[in-house]
Amino acid sequence: MSSAAIDLAGVRKSFGDKIIVDELSFSVARGECFGLLGPNGAGKSTIARMLLGMIAPDAGKITVLNEPVPARARVARVRIGVVPQFDNLELEFTVRENLLVFGRYFGMSARKVETIVPSLLEFARLESKADVRVAHLSGGMKRRLTLARALINDPHLLVMDEPTTGLDPHARHLIWERLRVLLARGKTILLTTHFMEEAERLCDRLCVLESGRKIAEGKPDVLIDEHIGCDVIEIYGGDPHEFGELLKPYARHIEVSGETLFCYAPYPEQVRVQLRGRAGLRILQRPPNLEDVFLRLTGREMEK
Amino acid sequence: MGESYAALMPANAYNWIAVWRRNFLAWRKVALASVLGNLADPITNLFGLGFGLGLIVGRVEGTSYIAFLAAGMVATSAMTSATFETMYATFARMDAKRTWEAILSTQLTLGDVVLGELVWAASKSVLAGAAIGIVAATLGYASWASILYAMPMVALTGLVFASLAMVVISLAPSYDYFVFYQTLILTPMVFLCGAIFPMSQLPSSFQQVAGLLPLAHSVDLIRPAMLESADSGRAVFHVGALCMYAVLPFFVSTALFRRRLLR
Repeated sequence: MSSAAIDLAGVRKSFGDKIIVDELSFSVARGECFGLLGPNGAGKSTIARMLLGMIAPDAGKITVLNEPVPARARVARVRIGVVPQFDNLELEFTVRENLLVFGRYFGMSARKVETIVPSLLEFARLESKADVRVAHLSGGMKRRLTLARALINDPHLLVMDEPTTGLDPHARHLIWERLRVLLARGKTILLTTHFMEEAERLCDRLCVLESGRKIAEGKPDVLIDEHIGCDVIEIYGGDPHEFGELLKPYARHIEVSGETLFCYAPYPEQVRVQLRGRAGLRILQRPPNLEDVFLRLTGREMEK
Repeated sequence: MGESYAALMPANAYNWIAVWRRNFLAWRKVALASVLGNLADPITNLFGLGFGLGLIVGRVEGTSYIAFLAAGMVATSAMTSATFETMYATFARMDAKRTWEAILSTQLTLGDVVLGELVWAASKSVLAGAAIGIVAATLGYASWASILYAMPMVALTGLVFASLAMVVISLAPSYDYFVFYQTLILTPMVFLCGAIFPMSQLPSSFQQVAGLLPLAHSVDLIRPAMLESADSGRAVFHVGALCMYAVLPFFVSTALFRRRLLR
């Protein structure tokens, strides 16, 4: 078995004359959690679908679990678990029936599925819901069932397209905790997300995408350190451009997004002194995060 | 291109069974209503048309009109049952319910999924055809053995019309477009193909065209079987024609689904 779980080299894809993925290369090691981070329309889902062989690239080479994709994607998919962006569970079926039916798609007998259902339900914290129809589950439970379903074939690799989009914070934290358990078991995870927090908490490494291009790649803390490397002061209220001029001498860098001014300041006290006595301002000082990296690299905020 | 199209084909001879069983499990939950619907519809039609019109029409092609009609209705109900299963239930699984998307993330190919859906729709046809057959046999308009004998032909008819409807749903943007297929293709076929009255009643130019239509082959296969006047030479010809109607649309729809889904 060779090293990388996923390898992309010079992958391109366009629909019509719109370029969706542009000369993308990255590699995911076995046991790693790798994130594709970017705003909606950055090409994340297209990449995830290409890894599964659902979309053929126009150019470039994709290898997943040592299989060339899409040519032998079907063989690769035997060892891949997929958590799609939109739930596609069987709403009329019970939790148990969902697992049974999905196991059959992998050629598993009902008896074989029955033996692993208890451990999957325990993993998904759905022990008490085995015979409940999926239509009656909450959004977080459905996502956890989708996750359990993705594990039915004991995959080496999990491909997750926005696994926590649309969940409330509690449900999201529970999913993150479950994913860390999977990583501890040695699974490889590729996830797409537009949540900076999700990427920072889970990913060993990530690739920041904008309009199908890779604009940065690395460990989250290294990226933050390299591109920002100091505290951030957010200032709301007043004219951000006016403050920009005022604070320029005291900041390493300044970004304006909407009505917020982001001041990257190695010495935050100096900035605070300048703003003292000004009424109507809201000032927030915080450590830097991936959101700042994205803003720094693209000049715009991710979720706008 | 050719290689990637080949990758869409059924991966083996049994993957489709998982799709069929998924649909069977879903059907089992509503089986009672489904069976009652299958029985109620033909009973109403047989009594209404058979006895009502039958009295006026008298005998047709040497048999009572109601026996003639019952055989035609076995064929048409196989057609409508497979068509509607595909146009509504399968379309929902392919589109809004994202069932296909889930299946395609496993080791099944698009061809496996389409094949499983086709055989499922054909199974629903057998159910519908059997319901009418049972009513006809109970009333003495066909023998029980002939009903059993007709069932493989009913299944083939179901496969044909599921396959044709598969092409329709691979192209239709939404449910609203199905009505065109229904009113412009299916309904005329019922009247042209000898299901309700003999094709010999049609102007001769119509007869030639109508003879090529899939439902005409089904009716010409199923009616002699049920009325026990089958001619094996003709039967082979009709079976061959129906097989073409089942297989060609399968390849066309699979290619069209790829364009629609795998991009």
